[in-house]
Formats: sequence, C-alpha cells, structure tokens
Amino acid sequence: MTFLKIKNLSVNYEMRRETVYAAKKVNINVEKGEILGLVGESGSGKSTVGNAIINLIDEPGKVSGGSIILDGTDIYENPENILKLRGKKIGLIFQDPQTSLNPILTIGEQLIETIQTHLKLNTEEAKNRAINLLKEVGIKDAETRFNNYPHQFSGGMRQRVVISLALCCEPELLIADEPTTALDVSIQSQILDLIKRLTKERNLAVILITHDMGVISETTNRVAVMKNGNLVEIGPTKEILTKPKEIYTKALISSVPPTNKKINRFKIIEKENKNEGETNIKILNRWSKKEIIEQDLVKVKNLSKTFDDNFFTESSKNSVMAVDDVSFAIKEGESFGLVGESGSGKSTIAKMIVNLYSPSAGDIDFDNVCITKIKSNKEMMKFRKQIQMIFQDPYSSLNGRLKVKDIVSEPIKLHNPSISSKDLDNYIYDLLESVELTQQSAERYPHEFSGGQRQRISIARALATQPRLLVCDEPTSALDVSIQAQILNLLKDLQEQLNLTILFISHDLPVVRQMCDRIAVLKNGKLCEISETEKLFEKPSHNYTKELLNLMPKIESIYN
Amino acid sequence: MDSQKLTLFNRIKDSDIYFSFIKSPTAIVSTFILIVIFFCSFFVEFVTPYNPFDPSSLSLMDAFTPPSWTEDGLAKFILGTDGQGRDMLATILYGSRISLIVGFSAVLFALVLGVGLGLSAGYFGGKYEMFVMRFTDVQLTVPSILMALLVDGIARGIISRELHDEMAIYVLIFAIGISEWPQFARVSRAATLVEKNKDYVSASTIIGVSNIIIMFKHILPNIMRPVLVIGTIGLALAIIAEATLSFLGVGVPPTTPSLGTLIRLGNDFLFSGEWWITFFPAIFLVILAFSINLLGDWMRDTLNPKLN
Repeated sequence: MTFLKIKNLSVNYEMRRETVYAAKKVNINVEKGEILGLVGESGSGKSTVGNAIINLIDEPGKVSGGSIILDGTDIYENPENILKLRGKKIGLIFQDPQTSLNPILTIGEQLIETIQTHLKLNTEEAKNRAINLLKEVGIKDAETRFNNYPHQFSGGMRQRVVISLALCCEPELLIADEPTTALDVSIQSQILDLIKRLTKERNLAVILITHDMGVISETTNRVAVMKNGNLVEIGPTKEILTKPKEIYTKALISSVPPTNKKINRFKIIEKENKNEGETNIKILNRWSKKEIIEQDLVKVKNLSKTFDDNFFTESSKNSVMAVDDVSFAIKEGESFGLVGESGSGKSTIAKMIVNLYSPSAGDIDFDNVCITKIKSNKEMMKFRKQIQMIFQDPYSSLNGRLKVKDIVSEPIKLHNPSISSKDLDNYIYDLLESVELTQQSAERYPHEFSGGQRQRISIARALATQPRLLVCDEPTSALDVSIQAQILNLLKDLQEQLNLTILFISHDLPVVRQMCDRIAVLKNGKLCEISETEKLFEKPSHNYTKELLNLMPKIESIYN
Repeated sequence: MDSQKLTLFNRIKDSDIYFSFIKSPTAIVSTFILIVIFFCSFFVEFVTPYNPFDPSSLSLMDAFTPPSWTEDGLAKFILGTDGQGRDMLATILYGSRISLIVGFSAVLFALVLGVGLGLSAGYFGGKYEMFVMRFTDVQLTVPSILMALLVDGIARGIISRELHDEMAIYVLIFAIGISEWPQFARVSRAATLVEKNKDYVSASTIIGVSNIIIMFKHILPNIMRPVLVIGTIGLALAIIAEATLSFLGVGVPPTTPSLGTLIRLGNDFLFSGEWWITFFPAIFLVILAFSINLLGDWMRDTLNPKLN
C-alpha cells in the first residue's frame, strides 16, 4: 500500500483580480524509505503541495479538490486528523534556520516542549530523548549544547537542530522545503548527507522541495517536476534527468550550468521574452568602442577593509577584517571571477572597486590611475562613467517610483547633459532593445516586470554610460535557472560585442565556470588562489578550492 | 499585460489603495464627512447667508436664541445664536476655516522641517545625525502644548501689541509646527536608513548622481508613505492643539474666532443655561478630529509596507 497518496490535489488562491491555481490536479505517491524530489521554478506550486500536506496553506488559498491520504487516513476528511498528524507523524524542515527557531528559548527547552506536546514523557525522559536526537543529527557535545541558545550555533548546526526538532516524535514523513538554500556549499552537503542517512536508518518517506537540480541529482530517488501548478513529469531521478520526455523538463535541464565542462552558450528552449532571432545589439553604433589593449585594466594591490563598530568600545576590539591583504589584476577584455562562500569578502571588494566603500589599506588602479586616492568629485566622475555595477537583488536595485525610461535616462543625462530629448528617447530604446526588452517597456514601472526582466533593466542602466568595466555581484543568484541561462547568455553577447571587461562575483561554481576566463578563490577575506578557469577546475592547487569543488552538487553525478 | 495607455485616473482606479478604500466603510464615511466640512468651511460665503463679522447685519434682539428645534427657537437660526446675535452655524463654519488653515499650515511647516532634517540626518549619518536626533529627543521631553505656549509667550514679548492680533495666526502656526516636527524627523530618518542601503541608491551613487538628487529624487518618494500617515494623524493633533491654545486665550483673537475661541467664549454661558453656544463648536471639533483620525488609521493599515 502506498504510504502517502496525493490524489487530484488542487489549490486555489482567490485574489482580487483573478483566481490563481497554485496546484492543478496533482497526483503524487511517496513510499517509505525513499526521497522524492519536488522541483520547479518559482511559482510552480512546489511549496504549495508541501504545505497542503500539513494543511498550512495561507489565506486566501484553499484546497479546492482532491485528497491526501497518509497511511490510510484522509487528511482533509476531518479537520482534527491533521492536528493529530502534524508534528507527530509528519515532520517539517524550513528553509531559513535563522527564523525557524525561537531565539529566546534554549534549544533544549524547544526540544522538550515539542516532545512533551506529542508524547507522554516526564521532563527527565524527554531530556534524554532530546540529547539522543541531537547526537543522532551530529551535534557534538550534545549534553552541553542542549542548554545553548540558537544564536550560539552556526547556520549549519542550527539546521541540524531544526532537523532534530522535526524528528522529535518519530515522524514517518519528513517534508523539507528548500532545506539548504540558505546555506553554503560545504554545509549543504553535510545536511543532505544527514537527510539521506536518516531516511535509510529510520525508514522515512521524505519530500525534498528544491529548485537546485544538483541537489536533486545527488539526493533523491525519484523526482517530480512542476510548472505553473501542473505536475509535468514524475519518475526515477536518473530517468528524468537523462531522458526527459517533456519539453519543459528538457528546457530546465539544459539551462542548468554543467559543472564538468565549459559551454559557449546555454541552449534556450523556452524564452521569457518572445522575440526570436539573433541578439541585436543596437547601441553598437553609438558605442565609442575601445580596442582591447594588452594591459591590466584593474590592479588591486594589498587591499584590506576593516569594519568597526567603535561607538562605545575601543576601535580595535570590535573590528571585523572583511578583506585582508588581497592583490590581483584584471586584464582588459577578460571575465574575471571572484568566488567564495558567504562572508568571504567578495562583495566588499566589488564595492571598493566601484568606490562605494573606501579601503582601509591598499590601492586600486584603474587604467593605470589610482582611483582610491581621488578626492575631487569632478575627477571621480571620469571613472564613475567607466565602472558600472549590476546587483544581486533585482527587486531593490530599481527605484519603484520611477518609470523605466527615467531609470535608464538618469546616467545618460548626467554624463551628457546636452543630449536632445529626441536623441535621448532613441538612445533609451536602443539600450532596451540591446537587453531584449521592447520599446513599450520604457513607459512602465519596475513592479510590472519579472525578476529576469528587472535584471535586464539593471543591465541597460549600467550600459548607459558606456563603461569599460562591468562589476556583476551575483547577478543571477536570485533568478530561476532558465532565466539565469538567458541573462548569462546576454552578458556573454554584450561582452563580446562591446569589448567589456567583466568582474563576475558568485558563490555558484558551475556558473563561474561558464562565465569566467580566470578565477580568484576567497576565504574569510583572504585570497586562496588565482588561476585559469579550466586549470582551477581540473587541477586545483589550494586545499580549500579542492574541498569546494568536491562538495558542490553535480547534476552530472547521475551518469555515474 | 495589455498595452493600453494607463492614464492617471485609470492607475488610481486600478491601484490597491483605491480597492482597499472602497472596501472600508469607515474610510468612506470619514472622507465624506471631511469633504463636507472642507467644502462648507472654505465656501462658507455661499453656504450660509449670515456674516458673523459684519456688525451691521447683527441684531442684539436675536441674541441667545436657542436651537430651532427647541421651544423658543427660530427657524432661521438652526443652531441658535450667541450673545451678540450671531448665527451659530455660520460662526462655527467661519471658525473651522481658521482652524483648518492653522492645522494644515502647521503640519506642512512641521513636515517640511522634520522630513528635511530627518532625511538628511539619515542619509549623511555621523555627527550631524547624532546632533539632529539628540535635539529631537530633547524636544520630545517638553510637552508640545508647553512648547507652543513658550513660543507664543516669546512672540508676545517681541511683537508690539498693535501688530500682535494681525500676527497671531502666524505665531500659532509656527508654535504648533515647531512642537510637532520631531515626529516627522524620527519617522523619515528611520525610513531613510532602510532605503539608503538598497541597491538602487548604490546604483545611483556609482553612476555619479549627487547626494542632493539621490535624497530628493530617489529616497524622498520612497519614504513618503509613513510620512503621509504621520501627517494625517498630525493634522488632527494640530487642530486640537490650536483649539487648546485658543481656549486658553493665547491663540487667535476673538475678532476672528476659531473653534477653540468659540468654545472658550461659549464656556462663560454654560452655567446660565445657554449650552448651545459652547456645545456645537465642541461637537464639531470632535467630529472633525475623529474623522481625520479614522482616515489616518485606515491609511496606516493600507500603506503599511509589512502588510503588502
């Protein structure tokens, strides 16, 4: 008999303007002892299905049809059923370990509370059980850690505590909603190993919701692909990833950056913008194109940055060394990658290069001029024009109160005040078309665009000053894979046609491999190694690089 | 998305604010009351035939006429008359015009001052921010009525007696405005601190946009939501503050009475039975302030970024 049977599940959100069908007649079965991956892009309804199982769908959403049968009990038949099941038979792991634990209670108190809600145990028994659980999820020194508060744990350890909470009452079904998205690669692989081990040891049924195909291929037994609330395809992971039947699945898999080789362009099967044909970079005829000279465009020399909070204490006590004596050079015309986990100082370096932060020590030379020592505003403007930046979050990087036209025209008017209004309009249209947006977009506001389109607007704004160096700070990490592939293609095209130099910052190694000629690896503000991309991936010299490469989830592992 | 050109009217009609407005009976009722009050106050010459400030049209014979529905009432004076035979309804409407002008001007003054200082403090930070914010902290320890009384007292000392009546209304606006600006400064500084760390501000900096333009073109429109909410609630507070000061006799002079002045004048007759002279201006003030507050509450709920 099937352990969990989701039959014709439909979930509707009745919104003001329309009804959104978050899940449409979804059929999924899960057996004990297997991990089912639920994969899809944002808005595909994967989390909705997970939430429907435990009846946690937010207003105004409601389950409008179908049934969920867990071990012979229909969850929606009687509202009391779910109360008995939730926490006891079904365990939950959320995405963000920062917010899923209560910061003012020790983890011991939280574990004991959960255990005693569901099982009739006295405090002593509950405590023993809690400590055993903590040991099981791999927390060392569990007896002492039992009395610690959540903030005393690191992100990965906190996620382990969340898992132990989910396991408190011997659940048989575990729902993990993006359990590793907020974590670094090295911690991600530990957590996934833990989930795999627990599945085997406890004979759990696990639903792993994620957008990361690498995680899917390394962890799951079977996978269900969702799109716009529809179940596209379901089957054994290996079969789906190697021989996908549906076009959508093919498109999804082809847009995942491969980890084992460098490809020239991503194959785009389904396009966000419908205009077909070759990319037409219209701004070329306006662009005063510079020939690439054999030289280092950017030279970073012994750069350091300390952040200190010296309001009440002495400055030396509370300072954090974000960047520590980093030196590298970017050749004109190349793509240079900066890679590191969170807190490695990669964004801080970017902000110093674009002159948002000033370095605590060291210099940055741009085109053989030291730009960190420039005091006068007028002098700085010459360089502002040549160095532009694309940001990570497409939602906060555009001012929501301005029309796209005004956003893109701001840099043009600033650096060329005498431009006529007709010429300005044409320039804006050329820019928008170069990033594959329509002319009509100019009259709209940013909130009318999707994340990928917003990132295109951001690129158009950066190109408006005709820069020589484009700093891209995680430009695709907030986007879905298929959109990511389009944006990366666009960046490659622009670089080729406009002779741009690109500084590409990312934590995502496969993406960096596709984009960059040379890569620098950072850890805790220190430079580990710089090398040619292929050499770095084939023969890494630094131990940390080896570890990173080893731990990154690889979609290709399915072939082995 | 259809390509139809969105006019301003269509955008308003399509917006979530309009939607939440037509779903909220309190908001509709209070807006309706406010529109009626504003219209009647600012076009009072066309609404009522009486001019309480034209001595030739007054007759002492009409003095102390009770409201029209009572035994001695006259149909032509709906809410009765005061001690000089002035029609209460007309007097209240003329008075509320002054109250509204003082309230709006005071809030505008406080808003410009407070937002200007709060925005620049939040944006530039450092010692300047410390100085501005500690100054608001100090001012918030002084009750606003005391502050206004102090300003009024100083003004009386500086301005000659003849000029004083003429200047009274400006002094009052300044006094109320100066006692309300710290609220605006605090709110706009807090909102600025959130906005200035967003990437669109960094993007403008990298392009080379100057600080002044970033502050006013980029950050200011994005912090206006909380400022407008504080402004609406501040308007009710300013009108009440004006009434309080006028009731205490330091506000506008009796020759051009505001609502507070009317309540004070009528207060003397309360115990001799002529209750309507003070009761109607008081009720009018309550309705006015209450409607503004309800509208402000609705705005706070609708414009709260956390609920969107």
